This record gives sequence, C-alpha cells and structure tokens, in this order.
Amino acid sequence: MSIRTIWRKSLNVVMLSLTGACAAVTVSVLLFILGYLAWDGASSVNWDFFTQLPKPVGDVGGGMANAIVGSGKLLLLASLVGMPIGLLAGVYLAEFGGKTFPFIVRYTTDLLNGVPSIVIGIFAYAVVVVPMKHFSTLAGGFALGVMMIPIAVRSTEEFLRAVPTNLREGAMALGASKWKTVATVIVPAAFQGILTGLLLDVARVAGETAPLLFTAFGNRFWSPGWNQPIASLPVMIYTYAISPYEDWHRQAWAAGLVLLALVLVINVVSRVVMARRAAFLRG
Amino acid sequence: MNRRFALATLLVSLIAAGTLFAQNPVLINAAGATFPYPIYSKWFDVYHTKYPTIQINYSSVGSGAGISQMLNGTVDFGASDLPMTDEQLGQAKFKILHFPTVIGADVPAYNIPNVTAELNFTQKALAGIYLGTITKWNDPELVNANKGVNLPSSDIIVVHRSDGSGTTFIWTDFLSKVSPDWAGKVGRKSSVNWPVGLGGKGNEGVSGLVKQTPYAIGYVELIYAIQNHMAYGKAQNADGKFVKADLASVTAAAAGAAKAMPDDFRVSITNAPGAASYPISSFTWLLIPAQISDAAKRDAIKGFLKWMLADGQTYNENLSYAQLPKPVIAKEQKAIGLIQ
Amino acid sequence: MDGAAPVQSGPRAFLRRLAHGDEIAHLITLIFAASILLITALLVYQLWLGSAEARHKFGWHFFFTTTWDPVAGDFGALPFIYGTLVTSALALLIAVPLGLGAAIFLAELAPRALSDALAFLIDLLAAVPSVIYGVIGIFIVVPMMRLHIAPFLKAALGFLPLFQGPSYGVGMLTAGIVLAVMVVPFIVSVSREVLLSVPADQREAAMGLGATRWEATWRVVVPFARTGIFGSVFLALARALGETMAVTMVIGNDPKISASLLAPGYSIAAVIANEFSEAIGNLYIHSLVELGLVLFLLTIILNGLARILIIATEQKGSSHA
Repeated sequence: MSIRTIWRKSLNVVMLSLTGACAAVTVSVLLFILGYLAWDGASSVNWDFFTQLPKPVGDVGGGMANAIVGSGKLLLLASLVGMPIGLLAGVYLAEFGGKTFPFIVRYTTDLLNGVPSIVIGIFAYAVVVVPMKHFSTLAGGFALGVMMIPIAVRSTEEFLRAVPTNLREGAMALGASKWKTVATVIVPAAFQGILTGLLLDVARVAGETAPLLFTAFGNRFWSPGWNQPIASLPVMIYTYAISPYEDWHRQAWAAGLVLLALVLVINVVSRVVMARRAAFLRG
Repeated sequence: MNRRFALATLLVSLIAAGTLFAQNPVLINAAGATFPYPIYSKWFDVYHTKYPTIQINYSSVGSGAGISQMLNGTVDFGASDLPMTDEQLGQAKFKILHFPTVIGADVPAYNIPNVTAELNFTQKALAGIYLGTITKWNDPELVNANKGVNLPSSDIIVVHRSDGSGTTFIWTDFLSKVSPDWAGKVGRKSSVNWPVGLGGKGNEGVSGLVKQTPYAIGYVELIYAIQNHMAYGKAQNADGKFVKADLASVTAAAAGAAKAMPDDFRVSITNAPGAASYPISSFTWLLIPAQISDAAKRDAIKGFLKWMLADGQTYNENLSYAQLPKPVIAKEQKAIGLIQ
Repeated sequence: MDGAAPVQSGPRAFLRRLAHGDEIAHLITLIFAASILLITALLVYQLWLGSAEARHKFGWHFFFTTTWDPVAGDFGALPFIYGTLVTSALALLIAVPLGLGAAIFLAELAPRALSDALAFLIDLLAAVPSVIYGVIGIFIVVPMMRLHIAPFLKAALGFLPLFQGPSYGVGMLTAGIVLAVMVVPFIVSVSREVLLSVPADQREAAMGLGATRWEATWRVVVPFARTGIFGSVFLALARALGETMAVTMVIGNDPKISASLLAPGYSIAAVIANEFSEAIGNLYIHSLVELGLVLFLLTIILNGLARILIIATEQKGSSHA
C-alpha cells in the first residue's frame, strides 16, 4: 500500500470518528441540560412550589402557584388567538385559493415566523398595552398568539395536503360540495396531525419570555380576570435566576425543570404520534 | 359527541372562572424602584394579610421604569429613588405627588477573595474606580486608605446597573458632588453612559453579579448587601470621615432635610454635612397621582399611605432602612389630603 | 349539475353565489388568511411609526454612532449591531463544524434507526426554552469561562487583542458559546435532511471510482448539498440574531465595542429587553424601536435567503433522481 493510500485511509477513519464525536457532543448537551436541571431542581419541586404564592423578598420559602396558573391562562388566550387563524388560513391555503394570493399569504406567514420575539413584544405593547393603558393578560396572550400563527398555518396546510386524494375524490363522487368535503372528510382525516402540530406550537410558545416582559409584566399575587398583569413561569425563572438570593435560585431550578418537563413531554408525545401515523400511512 | 361536549364545557368554565374571579378585590398595580423593594414587598404582603381584599402588586423594575410607567399611565402608582424632574412632571398629563417612604443607602459592596476587612473608600477612589482611571485593587488611592489590608493586584471588575435606576441616580449624584471629573464626563441620571463595567438588572442583578464575580465591586442598597452576606466598605463623607452605612449614620444624613423639607418632598441628601452622616443616603418616594378617579383604588391607596406612615415604619429597621423623621411624617400625613 | 354557480356578474348573482356553501367557506377562510397579512402589515407600520423621531433626528448616523447616552439624548446603534454580529458569528463558528459533523454522521454513517433516534433527541434540543439556556449559561458556562476557559485562552493566545482583558466570566465569547448550543439543532436537522436527499448514485459513483467513505462524503455529497447547508446556516444565523433572554443573561450588558472577545458587550435584542419598559422620553423609546426595526429587517432578509437556498437544494436533488 502506498503512503498516499495509508494517509487516505487514516484520514477516513479520523474524520468519520470526528463526525461521530460531533453527534455525541450534541446529544450529550441535551442530556446534560436535563440531568443538571433534574439534579438541582428536583429537590426543590415540592408541594409548596405548586401551591404557594411568592414570599416577600428575602424571606425563604413560597412557591410559584400564580406563575403556573398564569402561564396556563396566557397559553389559553394565545391558543384562542393563534389556532383559529392558523387553522382556517391553513385550510384556505390547502383547499381554496388560486395562485398569487396564497403565495403572498405563505410568504407573509414565513416573514411573521422570522420576527424576533422581542419585536413581537414591542408590537403587542404598541397595539394592546398602550390603548388599554396597563399591562394585562390580554396583551401577553395576544403576543404569544401572534407567535403561534405561522406554525399553526404551516402545519395545518401540510397535514391537509397529506390527506390522500382518493378520500377527496370519493367524497366528491358522492356529490358532496367542496366545503362539506373539507369539513367532514379532509379535516377529520388530518385531525390527529393538525392537533399534534398545534400542541407543538403551544409548547414552543410556553417557553417564550421576551414578549411577556412588557405585556403581561408580572404579578406577585393571583391575577383575576384578563385585565391585570400576570405572572408566568418563564419570566419568574428569569427574575429569580438573575437575583442574588439562594432560595430564589433554588426555585428557578425547580421552575425550569417543570417548564422543561412540560415542553419535552409534549414534544416527545407529539413526535411519536406523528411518526407512528406516518408509518401507518406508508403502509 | 360526549368528549366534545365535555371539552367545550371545560373550556367555557375555565374562561368563566378566570373572568368571574375579577369581582371583589381592589387590585392596584405599581412598579418602580428596586432600592426599597425588600421593605415594599414586606409592607404590601402585611397589608394584604390585614386587608385581604386589597392587593397591591408591585413590580421591582427600577426607578426609571417606575417613572416612565407613571407617565404612560400604565400603573396606578410608581416608586422611585430619584425625584421626578420638573421637565418630567410637566410631561405628565396629571399632577404627581411625591411621598417619601424610607431612607436608605447605597453601599460599595465588593467580593475580594481572602479580604474580609471593611475597606475605606475615599471620594477619589470611588470616582476613579467608576471612571475607569483606577483599575487595580492595589492602587495607591485604595492602599493608602486601608493600611494593614493586603489588597491584591487583580483588576477591579466594576458592576453597575443596566436598567434605569434610582440607585444609580443616588450613586452618580454623590459622585457628581465629590468629583468634578465625574460631573463633567458622566453626570447624574437614572441611566448614564458608563465609562466601564458590567451591567446588572436591578439591585438584584448587581448583587448577583458581584457575589458571583471575584474582584468585583458594585453599588447596591444596604439591605441587599446584608441579606446576601456581602462585604461592603465605608464611604468618605463631606467632613472627611469614613462612615459605614447603618441606621444611625443614615438618619444623621437626613437630619438637615428633616428640618427643611420642601413641600413637594423632593430633596437630595447625598454628601450631607455632619461628621456622623453617611454620604450616599437617600429618601425614596412613592409617586402618587393627585387625582384618582376610581374611588375604591383611591381609598385603598390613601389608607395604605396612612398605614405606611404609622405602623409601616416599624418594619423599616429590621430591613436596615431608617425611619422617616417625625416632622416629615407629619407633613406627609397632611399631604395625603391632596389626593382627590 | 347541482349548485353550479351561474357565471354572471352583478350583485344579485353574487348574493346567489354567496348562498352557496362553498363560497361562504372560501370567504371565511380567505378572511382569516388575510388577517395574517393585516397583522404583519400592522406590525411593520408600528415599528416604522414608533421609530420616527429617532429616524428623523439621527438619520443614517444612527448606524455609525457608538454612543448610547440617555443623559445627553445621544443614541447610536453601532455597539449593539457589533455585539449582535460578533456573538452570532462566534455562535456559527462553533455550531457549523459541530452541526455539520453531526449531520454527516447521522446521514451517512449511522444505521437508520440510530440516526432517527439521535435526530429525534437533537430536535428536542431545539424545543428547550431560551430562558433555560440562560439559566444554564449563568450557573455553568459563566463560572467555567471565568475559572477555566478565559485564563487558558489568555495564557495560550493572550498576545492577540482578541483574548485580552479581565476574566469577567460574562462576555461576548460566553454569549457566543450559549448561542452556538442553541442553534446547533437547526444546522443538524436541516443539513441531515438535505444530505439524505442527495441521490444515492452520486455517492455510489464516487465510491465506485475508489474514494474512501470520507472522500465520497466530503468531496461529492456535501458539495452537492451545499446550497441547502448554507440555507441551514442562514436559518441558524437568523435565530441567533434574534435571541434575547439567553444573551442578556450572559453578555454583560455593556454598550461598548471591544476588540477582546472576553469583554462584555450588548446585543440589539438584549438592550430592548432591558431598557424598553423604562425608557423615558420619545427619543429614547423611538431609538429602541428603531433598533427593533433593524433587527426585524436583518432577520427577514436572512430567513428569505435561507428558504430560497434550502428549496433550491431539494429541487436539485429531486431533478437529478
């Protein structure tokens, strides 16, 4: 074997092992994050964390009950804004519409998807907080809802298009009008996929902090109704993590673990469901 | 069919629950200074326990945010350690009243490994460190004032506020008074063009950074240094003495102002005369609109102010804030009547 | 021949068409689709309007001024543009080799089941909220930087102005590292897909000519997928530019331009997050909104480029097959 061949073969082995190392490093980062949060956060996740309100600064103890409920309310509002628009726009793109208008809609949706979350925060501040004259759950929910729209649109369109044409043709052959076909045959067929897409969307938005900084703002107490500033898990994590209090750090870890667990569970379940469905459709 | 019905009922009841809950409590939103946040959060918590229907939600976001939110009308009242300027008051669509609540102090907190002594900081030292002209811990200006302390040759890591801050105003107000260089180059405001340093968000952020960064120095309100077990030094007052911040020295600093408090309560007590005065002390104020249309909120706020001036003051000293001088309290109690 | 809408114009015909279910459905979905256009237009309008005073006062100077002085009312974007670009560039410098390497492994070497499983895990990394990256940044990366990485860099490469100055722990390099971890999943996932879409005959032809596995990959497959990989890099860049929380927690928040990577800096998104809710005075607020507008335009352009590149590669792949 010539030297050149030896060199080429060694290079082959070295480079390929390096790529394996890259993959290993990347995956281990995820495991590290999970492990670290579990290690530091698990001990602080107790009954108090889920049921108590934050204590005054410097006092040890208290929990994040209001932030957990707050995140829930914000996500509910966000879904009310994002899902209908996303769903129906997705139906439009997949089923109705001609050439130019859908193109413009898709392009704009992509544009909206790329907007940094802090800029969405500025937008929601200008459009909701300023006219209302105070911070509110509505403003926060609106900001998160706008962030949900692009992914909801894209995922709905994708799953609708994936419905096999023979279903469509069958319905039409039976004399159903277009909207009846869409509403009673196509959407239900794509429903599982659309639902998982929407769930992933919610999970993504659940961890957003920046748009809430000057819309939902924050609250040390319960926030009744929809008109008051409201606490949320990501903002609490941020506030507590940059503080100097050990007790607050502990709670930040716990909150981080809860948030991450929620996000990851939704992601894992959704992806498993979608993978099984894809396998099923492939037959 | 049943599943859909159940889901719909659940959604509707959740929304209803969220909305219905809004009926009885008086919800007041406030935002502002981090300087007095420990005592304010204590007060609002105690007050809420005393009057469960009144909920005062205070967000500690910095005096700058407190003032701007007041001007925007997005909060019911604000809090700031720097008095609003005439220009800012002019910008407001309504009259804003200042009510002093406590007297606190900015202290130079530091984190030098193996140095536990209380350092003396001359006026030149503090100005130089923050101007970036004094860069090492064993600079002569520091060594000469601290004979006997083994100061290392490490770089000084300066920490300041990244957000608009009354604590910053107090600090830069003091530096402007004692250093013509500082006054010329940087000036006094809630947010300045810092020559050097890392930015931390809120008193909390600065404390956090100093605590985690060896060889760092930062200015924080006294209680933050105490609660976080941080070493803090003595500052040199107008009489040339090195004074540590505590209840006595802070009260001494306010003594002059107590006698000659202006009607609108806006006054600066940094670099106050008196051998025992701590030179970086300050009042901190609640910014209350003179006209509050919502009767329930108005009564709640006025009630809180009355309580704050009486029972509230008894909580100050536990958190190392000085109580308001009696003449000031009396003046404020009269001023509450101005809130319509 | 039921319900075929009469092809006439005029209001009565329109109403008749409207009564037909299809038209209503078409209309309703169209309205919702149009609402997206409305929202986006409103967003751009608000950004434009909300930055008017700053644009008029500073004009193009805004992009070249280094001062950020709220006292004097003098605002310049350069320190933030610098910080944003430097941290993103650092992130890419770390993430692209790492991500591409991992993608090559997953697409070319790993058995399909392993590849799918690992790709799944790496996709989960993309789902981790950014504030959690920030928390890990503060408590793990910052001390590591201060105690180990920075002293090492200063000792080994301290003659370069890039690695001088005190070891703060926070700073632009730290922010770059945290950002790299955040964008690596994007590079891996998109690159893996474009590499998988390269037709098998390309690979086989190279191997048939005697190339080693690595040579076939690096000299034939990767160049074939080059445009798509570039697309993934642009996507990652766009994500890094707009990242707010993780950056503001570790960058040091100092609006200065330093040669040293160990020095603190500031990014556009971070300064908006820190100062927006407390900016007093229209000029201050408008300057912050103008920064937001700049960031918006940057990410839009990059995202657009990315999409074009990725689509181009996939088309190339399918046209050859």
